[in-house]
Amino acid sequence: MKIHIKGGRLIDPKSGIDAKKDVYIAAGRIVAIGEAPAGFAANRVIDAAGLVVCPGLVDLAARLREPGFEYMATLESEMEAAIAGGVTSLACPPDTDPPLDEPGLVEMLKFRAKNLNQARVYPVGALTQGLKGERLTEMGELVDAGCVAFSQADAPFADTQVFYHALQYAATFGFPVWLRPQDPALARHGVAHGGPVATRLGLPPIPACAETVALSTILILTRATGARVHLARLSTAEGVEMVRQAKREKLPVSCDIAIHHAHLTEMDIGYFDANSRLDPPLRSQRDRDALRAALADGTADALCSDHTPVDADVKQLPFGEAEAGATGLELLLPLTLKWAEESRTKLAPALARITSEAARVLGIDAGHLSVGHAADICLFDPERLWKVEPAALKSQGKNTPFIGLELKGRARYTLVDGQVVYEAK
Amino acid sequence: MWLHPSNPQLDKKGRLHHLLTLEGLPADILWQILDTAKSFVGTRVKKVPLLRGKSVFNVFFEPSTRTRTTFEIAAKRLSADVINLNISASSQSKGESLLDTVDNLSAMHADMFIVRHNESGAPHFIARHVAADIHVINAGDGRHSHPTQGLLDMYTIRHYKKDFASLRVAIVGDVLHSRVARSQIHALTTLGCPEIRVIGPKTLLPADVEQLGVHVYHDMRQGLKDVDVVTMLRLQNERMNGALLPSAQEFYKFYGLTDDKLAVAKPGAIVLHPGPMNRGVEIDSSVADGKQSVILPQVTFGIAIRMAVMSIMAGNK
Repeated sequence: MKIHIKGGRLIDPKSGIDAKKDVYIAAGRIVAIGEAPAGFAANRVIDAAGLVVCPGLVDLAARLREPGFEYMATLESEMEAAIAGGVTSLACPPDTDPPLDEPGLVEMLKFRAKNLNQARVYPVGALTQGLKGERLTEMGELVDAGCVAFSQADAPFADTQVFYHALQYAATFGFPVWLRPQDPALARHGVAHGGPVATRLGLPPIPACAETVALSTILILTRATGARVHLARLSTAEGVEMVRQAKREKLPVSCDIAIHHAHLTEMDIGYFDANSRLDPPLRSQRDRDALRAALADGTADALCSDHTPVDADVKQLPFGEAEAGATGLELLLPLTLKWAEESRTKLAPALARITSEAARVLGIDAGHLSVGHAADICLFDPERLWKVEPAALKSQGKNTPFIGLELKGRARYTLVDGQVVYEAK
Repeated sequence: MWLHPSNPQLDKKGRLHHLLTLEGLPADILWQILDTAKSFVGTRVKKVPLLRGKSVFNVFFEPSTRTRTTFEIAAKRLSADVINLNISASSQSKGESLLDTVDNLSAMHADMFIVRHNESGAPHFIARHVAADIHVINAGDGRHSHPTQGLLDMYTIRHYKKDFASLRVAIVGDVLHSRVARSQIHALTTLGCPEIRVIGPKTLLPADVEQLGVHVYHDMRQGLKDVDVVTMLRLQNERMNGALLPSAQEFYKFYGLTDDKLAVAKPGAIVLHPGPMNRGVEIDSSVADGKQSVILPQVTFGIAIRMAVMSIMAGNK
């Protein structure tokens, strides 16, 4: 299959190209950018006039809910959501049931995902068996099975010694460790940011120091062990400042921010809106502004969807009893564009946060448009508005604080390995 | 769904439809409730027909004696049929969801739900999901709100002190977990009270509490100096010994209201307590039973306030 993407605005954040250029694809790879190779005869020409042509998106946190939570979402539904969102590579956290702590589970997930022929799935393995925080998993075996990193998801370590040893062991082999900084004791029973809104609404708080206390432990142990650590979903101003300092110090850390936290604050809880019940909690406006600044200056390497499809039944509850999480795969692109527009960031550096930079964190060859490399491509109309509503979402999870909002940027075509896997109607 | 575009407690015409919290309730509605309550306090008539033929469901997901009883008395004096449901002992323990419980109760042709729930925001959740002709009254939700308690406190303060515009009010103790404190703060602010103080250790004051418009004191004598009204909050037993407080005795030492501490308040200052009291923990018996205590009148006014709220809602057709 030979494809000619014609007349689009090509943005490749990695090379810095932002220009009207055609893309030529053959045998799953990009064979030329700009001028057609000699004798190129396309089987299909995609008219990209008015569209942006960029690398397929790379999402660092998408829960697919398999195995174990199929009542919330299935691999089929969420992979549909991924390609409808322009996402061609995604990392999934290990907090499934059972957790991704055995090579067989990881192989099965990879195999099932591959057979769907949609986005590429990169499992993040469990750092400890059963995510119990007590005994290490067979990380070497898990890497062979396809894990790209190791994480505790949102589960705590039994104690700091286990944590220390886990980082030492991972560092021995250079396996990256992904951690969401949150002190479990300080966050205990909490459901909302410890600030004026939680105080007003009488919601048990998760103070900002729950993040910074954990972060400080992580950074000290990173320094002590030399582990490669990725900090997932930071939510506080103090947190990103600590990462900024750590990077200045040349510690081997990277970090991401979830799309919700780049846009929303505790105020969005409104009258106990369970759609805004998220982990980490939505924080203050000062925090939100600091997260945006961190995205702009590169302290935050990537934006992620933190895609967490939940069942309607567990959202239809009073705020504190509702399950945390929101659907996000199909909102990653539009909310990145919204952030870019509001912060006056150019499209190329903004898209870098969900393409080339995210791929760098993930350690994969993706997120760029280069001759000779796999043709994972997203085409979208940067101007056309669409309304976020349950029927418009492919994901089985329909809950998002952005419901009802009109956003710009929806994938028109998504290509993986040079195949058109998604085409908007 | 909500009837009013911006305020979940009001109907399309801006009148009281649900009573969920005192935050965001317009001052004229607060005054209307206080004035209506006054007409009930003054009357000798035991029973009025304002809610005849109406069904009031007391839906309590958390045990309560005083609040449930006063709501029941109030509804009966308005001639309503009262059904008491102790949910914690029935459906919820069988795994029925809150939404299903509410749907089932609505199907029983309720006109009003009086709801108590341990989760902050549960009455909002219920109000959002009931049919448009059902009224929801919050009888206490988590740490969030207890609006009829706040209103009866306002009634009591107004009864003894007349004008809110010159008052200094202190709220003492476990503000962190207190829906009564939050309700009082919002009501006092709306009614024009110029100075509200909260007094307690840092472990029992919520984050950024100043943003509710209060002054924070940790020293009780400083905090009580020249105040007109003192509200003592109940300290729950389970919070007396642990990480928040070392012991009930130490709490009493620093924050228990004694005659000695009360002496720094204005002469004639009144003492409120939402009950039930822990004598010798947050309040000394000689204060609780003393001449400045208005704790028992609070209970009496509570019935009038609840009659006022229910009759105003029933009249908003």
